[in-house]
Amino acid sequence: MAREVTCIFIAIYTVILVFGCVRLAQGREAYEQFLVALGAPSSIGFHLLALVFAIYHSVTWFNLAPKALPMHFGDKTVPPAAIAAAHYIGWVLISVALLLIAGAF
Amino acid sequence: MNGRAIELHVLRYNPETDSEPHWQQYAVPYNEEWVVLDALNYVKAHLDPTLSYRWSCHMAVCGSCGMMVNGDPKLSCKAFLRDLPQIIRVEPLAHFPIERDLVTVVEDFMGKLARVKPYLIAKEPKAVEDGEYRQTPAELKRYKQYAQCINCMLCYAACPEYGLIPKFIGPGAIALAHRYNLDSRDGGRDERQQEIATDEGVWECTFVGACSQVCPKHVDPAAALQQVKIASTVDWFREHLMPWLNK
Repeated sequence: MAREVTCIFIAIYTVILVFGCVRLAQGREAYEQFLVALGAPSSIGFHLLALVFAIYHSVTWFNLAPKALPMHFGDKTVPPAAIAAAHYIGWVLISVALLLIAGAF
Repeated sequence: MNGRAIELHVLRYNPETDSEPHWQQYAVPYNEEWVVLDALNYVKAHLDPTLSYRWSCHMAVCGSCGMMVNGDPKLSCKAFLRDLPQIIRVEPLAHFPIERDLVTVVEDFMGKLARVKPYLIAKEPKAVEDGEYRQTPAELKRYKQYAQCINCMLCYAACPEYGLIPKFIGPGAIALAHRYNLDSRDGGRDERQQEIATDEGVWECTFVGACSQVCPKHVDPAAALQQVKIASTVDWFREHLMPWLNK
């Protein structure tokens, strides 16, 4: 059930993100008010919780991925750990790529 | 626990006399080697011959003796008294109607099993004179795990989706369909997809995974269902994005 519940937090996070876009469209002052609201303790608390749940979902999902994607080459079977590892590596690579695009480094 | 009696609480129901199920308690001697099935056999032999339950092989290969032991779906021949507390609650397998005592009505599963066509469907007609099918160890390995299913229905008792939505075809039947889909000798995947790649089939599953946790033969039906989901999704994209591939 825990994995299913995580989607509630992701949904709320998505709504906040969309709201941020709306505020951005409304001009500098609106957007800066949004940023201030984001810095409130309750907001930080929610985002930390959402992060924990998102990581929980991703980790459990990646660890289960080998069950859904068994890979056989003739007599040999790809070890499940390798399939899960490929997901984690993909996660890191995509995150780095997005951060580069966003100008983080 | 040595030397002390086990308290067996069994849910009884006689359709001819009872309006609803009720608990009955039996004192059973503890034995190091005994399983819950031995305790039930003791009750039937010495205490209460009216107790009804299914069993056969007593070695976890026939799939007859599935029941709820302290709330968990188990084969009664594989639930050791030494692993259980002194008070043991035994109920008929969950999510199936009770026929009598620990005997459930299994028609729903039987019907679903037949619907998924759990037999080899030849790719092309093949006469006996053409010889036998040949299969390499690697080809056998691909489906062997799913062939271990003994139709015990513990997975149906564990599956919360099946409990909520009885029309769900369920883990066992779909895992068996998958076993035949993976068999190199089989050509019937398209026929089986009609049944299992549907809302009542694999798409009712939310990957809770309880089925695989309780399976006594380590079939891992949850994995089978997710693999069928992926295969069905690929089918859908091929059908709609590459229609020239359709026959």
